[in-house]
Formats: sequence, C-alpha cells, structure tokens
Amino acid sequence: MNQIVTTIATSLAHLVLVLAIAPLVTGVVRKTKARFQNRRGASVLQPYFDLAKLFTKEVVVSSVASWLFQATPYLVFGSMLVIALLVPTVITPVPLHWVGDIITVIYLFALGRFFIALAGLDTGSAFGGLGSSREMSIASIVEPAMMLAIFTASVTAGSTNLSIVVERLSASPLAMMNPAHLLAFAGLFIVMIAETGRIPVDNPATHLELTMIHEAMILEYSGRYLALIEWASQIKLVVFLALLSNMFFPVGMAATWSPWALTVGVGAFCLKVTVLAVIVAVIESMNAKLRLFRVPELLMVAFILSLLALILYFIIGA
Amino acid sequence: MLIIAGRRSPNSQSSLNTAGRNLGFTLALLSSIAGCLLSLTILLSGAPLHVELGQTPLFGSLILHVDGLSALFLGIISLLAVSVSVYSLGYTKDLSPRHAVGTLLFLYNGFLLSMVGVVIAGHAVVFLFAWEVMSLTTYFLISYEHEEPAARRAAWLYVVMTHIGTAFLLVMFVTLHTYTGSFSFDAFKDSGSHMPALVRSLVFLCATVGFGIKAGIIPFHIWLPEAHPAAPSNVSALMSGVMIKTGIYGMVRVFFDFLGPDIPAWWGVLILVVAVSSSVLGVLYALMEHDLKRLLAYHSIENIGIILMGIGAALLFTALGSKPLAAIALIAGLYHVLNHAIFKGLLFLGAGSVLHATHSRNIEDLGGLVRKMPWTSFFFLIGAVAISALPPLNGFVSEWLTFQALLLGFQISDLTVKIAVPLTVALLALTGALAAACFVKAFGITFLGLPRSVHAQTAHESSPTMIAAMGLLSLLCVVFGVAPGLVVSVLDPLAASLLGANISGQIALNGGMLAIPQSTSTSIAPAVLAGFLVAITLVPISIGFVFGGKLRKRAAMTWGCGLEKLEPRMQYTATGFSKPIRMIFSNIYRATHEIEISEVSSPYFQPEVRYELKTESVFLTYLYEPVSRVVLKSARMMRRLQTGHLQSYLAYIFITLVILLLFAR
Repeated sequence: MNQIVTTIATSLAHLVLVLAIAPLVTGVVRKTKARFQNRRGASVLQPYFDLAKLFTKEVVVSSVASWLFQATPYLVFGSMLVIALLVPTVITPVPLHWVGDIITVIYLFALGRFFIALAGLDTGSAFGGLGSSREMSIASIVEPAMMLAIFTASVTAGSTNLSIVVERLSASPLAMMNPAHLLAFAGLFIVMIAETGRIPVDNPATHLELTMIHEAMILEYSGRYLALIEWASQIKLVVFLALLSNMFFPVGMAATWSPWALTVGVGAFCLKVTVLAVIVAVIESMNAKLRLFRVPELLMVAFILSLLALILYFIIGA
Repeated sequence: MLIIAGRRSPNSQSSLNTAGRNLGFTLALLSSIAGCLLSLTILLSGAPLHVELGQTPLFGSLILHVDGLSALFLGIISLLAVSVSVYSLGYTKDLSPRHAVGTLLFLYNGFLLSMVGVVIAGHAVVFLFAWEVMSLTTYFLISYEHEEPAARRAAWLYVVMTHIGTAFLLVMFVTLHTYTGSFSFDAFKDSGSHMPALVRSLVFLCATVGFGIKAGIIPFHIWLPEAHPAAPSNVSALMSGVMIKTGIYGMVRVFFDFLGPDIPAWWGVLILVVAVSSSVLGVLYALMEHDLKRLLAYHSIENIGIILMGIGAALLFTALGSKPLAAIALIAGLYHVLNHAIFKGLLFLGAGSVLHATHSRNIEDLGGLVRKMPWTSFFFLIGAVAISALPPLNGFVSEWLTFQALLLGFQISDLTVKIAVPLTVALLALTGALAAACFVKAFGITFLGLPRSVHAQTAHESSPTMIAAMGLLSLLCVVFGVAPGLVVSVLDPLAASLLGANISGQIALNGGMLAIPQSTSTSIAPAVLAGFLVAITLVPISIGFVFGGKLRKRAAMTWGCGLEKLEPRMQYTATGFSKPIRMIFSNIYRATHEIEISEVSSPYFQPEVRYELKTESVFLTYLYEPVSRVVLKSARMMRRLQTGHLQSYLAYIFITLVILLLFAR
C-alpha cells in the first residue's frame, strides 16, 4: 500500500515537473532565435502567458466537426502526459517504468498524431487535410527512423525498457562512444527536429499555406483546445530533448530519491535541455525551411543513419 | 462434438423467404458458437480430439484430428463466423430480388464448413477435399454478383491462382506420402527427419508457394485485391479475416509439425524476405487505393506479411538452435493471426455497412458519414486504431511481441541473423507508420468532413444486428489489447509443443503485465496503460477548469477560404492525401498521370478538369504477363493436336496406352 502511494506521489511530481518546464523550454528557444535576429524578443515566460490567456478564451468549434474534433485535444494531451510518465528526466528508473517501454512511447506518439491528423480532416477545411497529409507522410519515415535509433541504444543495454537503457548506459560511459551510438544520435537528432516541427522541416511560426505542416492541421483549433494542443507540443519538445540527452549523455541522472541526488539530477537535466534547446534555436536561425519535397531526403538520411547504426551494432557489437 | 461440422449446412438452400434466411444464418451462428466452445475445450484441456471417418481402399483411414494448432484456428474461424453470421442477418435483408438468397446461404454455410474442414483435417485427402470445397465455394461467392464483369474476372483470376496453389500442395502431399507410406497427418509428423535435405526443401518450397497463394503473399497476391472486394461484404470479411489464414495454418503445420525440428537457416530467411516484401508493398499499394474494400484487401497482404515475420523469425531462430526465441516469435505470429482476423473482420463489416448505406466503395465520393452513421464510424475507428497497432488495442500487443522477438535476435552470433533481423525491424517499423497514414486517409476521407456526393448525404445507419456484430468485434479488439494474458497463456504451450521442446514461459505474465524475461525488465502493462490513457484526461480537463472555468463553446462554419461558403470539393481528396507518399516512393509506384482541362475561362476557376492517375503494378508487367503469354502460346500450339476428328483422338488413346504398357510393365 505504502509503495503504491509512493509510486503515485513520485509519478505526479515527475509529471508536474515536465508540465511546468515545457513552456519555459519553448520560451528559451524563441528567445534565442530573437537574439539571433537582433531582436530583444518576448520574455522567456511568454508561452505561460499565452497558455493562460488561451485557457480563459471561448472555444469556436466548426459546425462541420464531429465529436472527434472535441475529443482530440484531450486525447493528444493525455497521451503526451502518459509518455512523460515513461521517459526518464531527472531520475532513473522512473516509478512507472514497467507500464510501457520504448516501443510503447513511440506508438503513443503515433496515437496522438493519428487523432490530430483525423481532427485536421474533421472540419472539412482545405488546410486541415493538407496538414494531415503532410504530417502523416513525414511521420511515415520519421517514426521508423526514431525506432531504429532508439533500438540501437536499447540493444546495447539488452532491454527496451527506457529506464533500464538509461541506467545501463550511465553505468558504462564508454559504450556511448561506440560508432553505432553516434550514428544513432545523429539520426535521432534529425528525428527530433522533424517530430517537433522545427526548421528546416516545418516552421512553427508560420501560417503560410504553402509551408505549413503541423500548424495547418490545428488551424481550426482555438481557445482551450488550442492551449492543450500547444502545451502538448511543448511537452513533446521537452520529452524529445530528454530522450536525446538522457539516452546519449546520461550524466548526472539521479539514481535514488535522496535530496542531493535529486538536486544534481534536476540541475543536470535543466542544463542539458537548455543546451539542446539553444542548439535547436541556432539550427533554426541558420537554416531556411526546406521545400516540402526536399524534406523526405533529409528524413531518409535520418532513417539510413539509424539503420546503419543498428546494423553496425549487430555486426560489430559493443 | 463432430456434429458441428454436420450442423452447418442443413436447410439453407430451400430458404428464399425471410424466415429461411434467418434460419440459415442462425444455424451458422449456432454452429460457430459450438465451434468456439469446442476449440476452447481443446485449447484449455490440451487433449486432442481424434475421429476416424472410415476406411477407404486407396488412402487408408480418413481422419479428423483437432490438436492445439487446429483448435486455435478453429476458434479464430468460429469467433469471426459468429459475428459475421449476426451481421449477415441484417446485411442480406434488402438484397435485391434478382439475387438468389438461397444460393448465398448455401455457399456461405458451405464456405464456413470447408474452412473448418481444412483446419481440423487429419488426413491429406480430407484436407485437400475441404481445401477444394473452400476454393470452389469462394469462387461462386466472388462471382455472386456475376452481372458485374469485374466480379467475373476476379473470380476467374482467383480460381486459376488457387488451383496453381493446389497443384503445389498435391506435389507436397505426394512427396510426403512417398517417404511415409501414409496420408495421415500423424504419419507426416516429424517426417522431415527421414527425408534427404533436397526433398525436404522441395516440400518446404511447395508448401510456401501452395499455401502462400492462398495467404496472398507477394508476388502471389494478384488475386486478392480483385477477389475480396467483389464478394458480398460479409463474405469478404470472412475471406480476409480467416480464409487467407488457412494458408498460414498450412505453413505452420508443414514447417513446424511435419518438417521440423531440423530446419536450414535459409528457409527462415526466405520467409522473412517474403514477409517483408508483402508487408511493405501491401501497405504501399493500399495507400494508393481509393476503393475502400480494395484498400482493406491490400492491408490483408500487409498483415499476412507481419504474421510471416513472426513465423520466419521462428524458423530462423529454430535453425540456429535458439528455440526459446523461436517460441516468442511464433507466439507473436499466431497472436497476430487472431488479431488480424478480428480487426480486419471488423473493418470489412464496417466497409460493408458503408457500401450498404451509400452504394459506393469509392472513398472520394464519401465523407461526413460520422454524423449519419455514428455507430458504424465509431467501430470502424476502433478497427483503424487496432490495425495501425496503436496502444491500447490488440494490434499493438502482437506488433510489440514481434519487435521483441526480432530484437532478441542480436543474442545469436550469426551473420545471417545480424543482417536479416535489423532490416526486418526497420521495415516492420516502416509498415506500421505507413499503415497509420493509410487509415487516417481511409477513416478521415470516408467518415469526416463534408459529404462529397448525394449518396453520402443520404446515408443511413445500419440495422441493429449489423451494429451488434461490429460492436462485438470492437469489444474483442479492446479485450485482446488490454488482457493479452488471455491469449498468451493459450499460445505459450502451443508454441512449445510445435517447436518440440520444453520452453514455455518465454513470455511472462504477471498480473496484467507482459514481460520478456530474456530482456532485462522489458515489459508492458496494457491494462494499466489503457487505464492511464482514460484517467489522465482528467488532468487536462481539471487544468482547464482551474484556469479557465467552465468551457464556453460557440459553433461557427469552417472558414471557406474567402469564398461564400465551404464547399465539399474544397476538402482534401484521398488522392491528394496520399500524394506526398506517392512522391516519396515514386520508384515503387511508377505513377503516370494525365491532366485534361476543358474550356479555360479563367486560369483559376476551371469548370471541368479530368485527372487520371495510374500506378503500375510491377508484378503484373514483369511476372504475370510474360508467364501468361508463354502459357497462351503453348496452349495455341497444343490446339493443333485437337483436330476434332474422332479417329485422331482414338489414335492418341491408343498411342498413350502403348507407351504406358511399355513403361509400366
């Protein structure tokens, strides 16, 4: 009984952490981009204000849309929260690590995407279909690339349990310098850019019909629904940065619930995520968005890199 | 217990009226329930049922034998037959009078009986007899709407392909007979060890081709996307859901029961190659299809590929001496057989309801059905989520197991495995992602948005029996997704007995958890996951409530791009939806398109545009057409022998007789 209470309490704490810092990470990315463009930019806290505003606003629902349109924001946000419960951030193993492994996480991403793409088609708007079509096409290459990249790490650790993978890898830092592992990191990085809708794959700041992907799908959302979807995307960014940093640089992860280990864990996590967020912003600032039909080439690179990583690992071994 | 077989077809032909129709399907329903019970009894008790039908002078004693493997497939067939029979009660109600309902009933029941016969046969002759009855009943069912030229063509293609398959099976059984001196499956068991390696491989190849044609593996798939859509939808559900699985049954029976345990590694590799190409090409072709039933038919090819990945990996691991891994792979494959039967049956029934309500299979004419057919659309959505392997439904569990089995392959230090396994993993991942894209298209264009035609506008919800049948299958999708222990605990001893080793327990069941002991702490708890997915939506709801109070909603029309109002034709089409994928995989599709614009008044508002898109089928162009040319040419040459004169035929008979006497002395 006591154990169940601890599990619930620690899981909730974990969830609150991810929920709380997600808008901040997006704020950091935006601030860095603004500095690169010689602007002062909005405060890093702006995403919080945006969310708070959106939550209080009225929701406009298309009269064409069905129940699916209204259920989707909750489903997308919910699946992102379940993912957040399964991905180690500051401590490993996470309390609920036995509920689902890497494959589950990837398919939960797919679940959210499946419904958001359907919601795009639900309103009967031309833009929604455009976004859904592009998102699903890009995902059809990104998702396998992501799987292969993560499988490379998981085969190294002999488990597909994310927490165990992180734990094993942090125990043997040399394993990280394996060439297979480096290839997988490169693959997963491109995947992260595509999955979180960043330049050069997608531009989160545009509403231009020729270039929109993610934004086109959610064009009909407003008010609280939009807030949930935006927040879910921000959580997605944090989860991806956590995956990248903890699977490939599992330094400073807490292994126990002692206050000192936790402090180090939180500090290390914030540092790693900030560094990666700045890198994302730098890449966004230095590149132009790719033409839509050049995007698959980039994604194929990620797919091939990850496949090579896995084959390399199978053949050479650790 | 055998009565289940006998009970199936009585009375059905005489019934042309409603009562007769109901009676026919109710009898099918009752016997299917009996089949389910029989299968469960045997699976749980583990004691096989053995019935001798009687002696024949030529082939020995005819036998029906229901062991674990037979019982599993019998259970799957009966389970789907239960709901399809319920569905048929409503579906066949408004068949137009020109359709002979009695014939349909007779064929439907005969089809069910023959499928049961195939999986419970314990003797080659019984098996082939049931196999042929199955082929013939489906031939007539495909050509049921024979006034359509497409249906006639599809039926013809099917009957040709399936008989090529039967020819291979005949060779296989005769070879087995030569080495065992018997036609009974008992004698065939483990007969592989008495055969020279070359003969064993011959049997293996015959089984792969013979059963593969029925299962619809690429490159023998060409009949499948033609035949499944042509049949009435309740029959397509059975064909796609379970008939093609009899091919899988045959393969598992021959590979593991007859030929095992001494298996060369290349068998596994061959099956994996077939599996991978079937799954990837199956889903890619499905993406280009806008006929709802053809789309589903291509997905059957894809799923047969996924099933064969498990079976191929099991062969490969057995060959390399790792039976525990083979057990996981085999369980994954068999689990997917069950899952595919359920969700594909469900999807075909959903497609049948759509067809019934709108008289259109072309999804470009549909749209907005979610409002007209709320139940059908909800159940179709469940099927779509399940087939896309999304948690927490059943497709996810079997794909998860397949991934686990493949990933464990890295423990085996063999170069074949090291190359074959990562590639299979990669292509399985690709298949899963593409399937999700395809079902967003299939569901989104069919059920969401604005209706694209009058038919879609005037659609109506299906009858209660049809909805109940789909509801039952949806429920099973959920149950087998959140409680995988139910299935795994049955499959575990079965896989162990097929592989002939004491290796049960490779998949640990701990409460609602599925764990792989060979891989550290690797587990999923689908029930908990499903609970979380439902419970955690409370978080956003309460966050919303805390920050924003009660949700205020306003309905408004979707923005019509600045025009007066939103038109259905402004929506994305299915063709448009799959265009990016067509461009990414252009090497596979070799698509050609043609645009024709009539009377240009303004470059932006064209009154009529004809757009034609064709994708080339590589297999038709480069495999079937050359072969059929050669066959036709040789047939023309043979025609010279057929002079039509009685005396020349007598001469042929005489010459043949002399030759036979010379050789058979």
